[in-house]
Amino acid sequence: MPNYTLNINGKKITVNADEDTPLLWVLRDELSLKGTKFGCGIAQCGACTVHINDSAVRSCSLPVSSISGESITTIEGLSETGTHPVQLAWKEIDVPQCGYCQAGQIMTASAFLKEKPKPTKDEIREAMHGNICRCASYNRIEKAVKLAAKNS
Amino acid sequence: MSQNKSLSLSRRNFLKTSLLAGGGMLIGFNFLSACKPEAILPIDISNLNFNDFNAFIKISDEGYITIFSPNPEIGQGVKTSMPMIIAEELDVAWEKVSVAQGFYDPKNYQRQVAGGSQSIRFGWDALRQTGATTKQMLVNAAAIQWGVEPNTCFASQGNITNANGDTLGYGEVVKVAANLEVPENINLKDPKDFKIIGHDIINVDIQKIITGDPLFGIDYSSEGMVYASVLRPPAFGNKLTSFDDQITKSINGVTEVIKFGDKIAVLGTNTWAVMKGKKALVAHWENETKLESTDDHNFELFKILNGNKFETNREDGNVETAFKDADKIIERTYESPFLPHNCMEPMNFYANVTDKKVHLVGPIQTPAWTSGKIAKILNRKPEEIHLEMTRMGGGFGRRLYGDFAEEAAQISNIAKKPIQVIFSREDDMAAGTYRPAIKYRIKAAIKEGKLTAYHLKEAAINGNMYGLIANFFPAGCVPNYRVSTANYKSNITTGAWRAPFTNFLAFAEQSFFSEIATELDKDHPQLIIDLLQNVKGTADERIQYSPERMEETINLVIKKSNWGKTPEGVYQGFSAYYSHNTHVAEVADVELKNGMPVVKKVTVAVDCGIVVNPLGAKNQVEGGVIDGIGHAMYGDLSFKKGTPQSVNFDKYRLIRMEETPEVKTYFVENNLSPTGLGEPGLPPAGGAVANAIYKATGERLLKQPFINQLEISKSKLLG
Ligand code: FES
Ligand code: FES
Repeated sequence: MPNYTLNINGKKITVNADEDTPLLWVLRDELSLKGTKFGCGIAQCGACTVHINDSAVRSCSLPVSSISGESITTIEGLSETGTHPVQLAWKEIDVPQCGYCQAGQIMTASAFLKEKPKPTKDEIREAMHGNICRCASYNRIEKAVKLAAKNS
Repeated sequence: MSQNKSLSLSRRNFLKTSLLAGGGMLIGFNFLSACKPEAILPIDISNLNFNDFNAFIKISDEGYITIFSPNPEIGQGVKTSMPMIIAEELDVAWEKVSVAQGFYDPKNYQRQVAGGSQSIRFGWDALRQTGATTKQMLVNAAAIQWGVEPNTCFASQGNITNANGDTLGYGEVVKVAANLEVPENINLKDPKDFKIIGHDIINVDIQKIITGDPLFGIDYSSEGMVYASVLRPPAFGNKLTSFDDQITKSINGVTEVIKFGDKIAVLGTNTWAVMKGKKALVAHWENETKLESTDDHNFELFKILNGNKFETNREDGNVETAFKDADKIIERTYESPFLPHNCMEPMNFYANVTDKKVHLVGPIQTPAWTSGKIAKILNRKPEEIHLEMTRMGGGFGRRLYGDFAEEAAQISNIAKKPIQVIFSREDDMAAGTYRPAIKYRIKAAIKEGKLTAYHLKEAAINGNMYGLIANFFPAGCVPNYRVSTANYKSNITTGAWRAPFTNFLAFAEQSFFSEIATELDKDHPQLIIDLLQNVKGTADERIQYSPERMEETINLVIKKSNWGKTPEGVYQGFSAYYSHNTHVAEVADVELKNGMPVVKKVTVAVDCGIVVNPLGAKNQVEGGVIDGIGHAMYGDLSFKKGTPQSVNFDKYRLIRMEETPEVKTYFVENNLSPTGLGEPGLPPAGGAVANAIYKATGERLLKQPFINQLEISKSKLLG
């Protein structure tokens, strides 16, 4: 199995994995970064969302061999202590129910706000449409994105 | 009428106290049953025996409160609301309270209560009494220290004060309090004095969730653990005959292939390897029992509805005569498909079976039942099974069934190493314990402008509605009333799904009442309110709902939704339903966009007694309503020759952000004991939406998912 040197949350890490292994399983199984979640494996639910450079990417469908030196950010690296404006907004609005989808939601939202700092309601709903929340916390997600935009 | 029965336990029985070796006082208590007389409270926090006690409270020498609860969190917020109740009666500032997951103790940790809609309802009295009794012990201890009578002392916000104005913190008296008799006949607070209950409190796990801490079953791992992906029969009715694992074994990371029963487990060092390995297996199957298709189910259920082999769940008056004498008879048939649960966290479980013990870790709602079954399967003593519960990425009823835990135990037992079974989404959807397809046929008799008879027939798969449902509305309101049930036995595994039976029945009945209202030229909510008058003051103890509470709930939703006063282009539908001891009424606002109805807003009124944590409660209700709309609109799992036809989110449609309406929730204010909230918001939602769509398009929706019929109508409309 080949070695890959990845730049994850600001650290260079070398992993040994088959080339078709999705980044998701490298993060979870090899590096014990369990914050990135598995929901569908086919880029349909957003639970596995991470940032590659500044864009939100579905790590379940991204082979480790396709990454070369880009900086990867996971929920664990979004902020030191959970103080990214999106995280703070998530807390203030008390978004989660079971909580399982929320790391993916937060990663999608934070990448989106970087690109569009002052979104409209419709833009928020469109941007977050790809992330499933089975507990249906959608309206609070919308509110929290709005709040994060206001506070950042 | 169903009211919460007070737990008739003496406080001596359910609460014990001890002094902790490391400082502070420990209170152990049980809220569902008495403590065993021989149960001994530990003097060391690392030895909490959750077998003997449901939960523990530690009061430190500094007056900090820690509540240890092994209760799982499915997403219903009980991990936050239960400690709130204790803290309220104990009278401490919420900022001084923290909640810890019970420590894992292999010697003692075995069974505990799974959360659910009912947790708060059953726990309410006992949790309050635990808090209040503990507070009284602290007061008694302070009184002893001061040499005054306890009734001259007063406790508030973690301090005790006496008539002379002296003050002692709770932490300063724990040493004395821990050794006092447990007092009885404690007064509980007057709800108007509540300082924590009724206030918005943020989920206690929020920090861990937003930072991605490993909290869930799927995040668990241990030294030497390997992953397991299981190939199960592809169709219900299949049996394994032979298989070839040559390619599988050549995959990097795959370490072993194990056959157990009709299943094959692929073990390996990472999840990707074992998932690939499973796909590479070449297996041969034969048909052991009939491979059923959705067409077969439709045929069988209609055969039941058209036949006369029913059991009667409840019968009032004479339905036959009333139908004979009727001026008009309305009859409708409502149909629903199978539904998977689709918890966001796919099923998974960890097992490490050794000669000494069976260690199990994962998300499960029924730890006691599952441990018992595993003990039987592995032929081990019950006390050798140690099951540790984790936070759950959704339950919805799926995690009541321990099939995935049993698989983990069987595989580890053969492999002789720690393993974690992990379902792919396809596994999760294809090996379900589904909400079965159901058909309801409802028939009503109308005479002289009144509803004189109501007959509900249920044709279900593998089981029928539980007995209480026949005593829900409109039981007692219609003089001639009958509920008949029958079922067809299928080899497809089925089980409970959020708000079992009522998740579809409420839609059928409230759509039907909308039709009756149209027929009688009456307003739908007014028709229900009129009918409710007939059951007020009834001596019939079987009746589950309260007509007074239902009426108040309906009136609240009428007011808050501006019922009947919406602007042009907004169409409203109404629905009200009682389930899980909670009364709910909903109004959906629908608009038309390119010929398709869009649900814009849902107004919800809820009577769930005292609302412990409004912030969490609204989240629950809102989630239930949107879940109800999503599944009524899109949820559809069909079968062809025993095989489910959609097994991932590309084909199986779940509601998403852009289809989600605004939800406004209002609570009926009263001082009655709290009731369930995780489920009752869901059942009325489908009916409210269907009734609003009828107003918008003139079309009655009788079949779920609605989307199929809506798309046909749209294409007709567009020609
Ligand atoms: S797990 Fe990657 S999108 Fe669902
Ligand atoms: S909070 Fe449960 S899936 Fe989103």
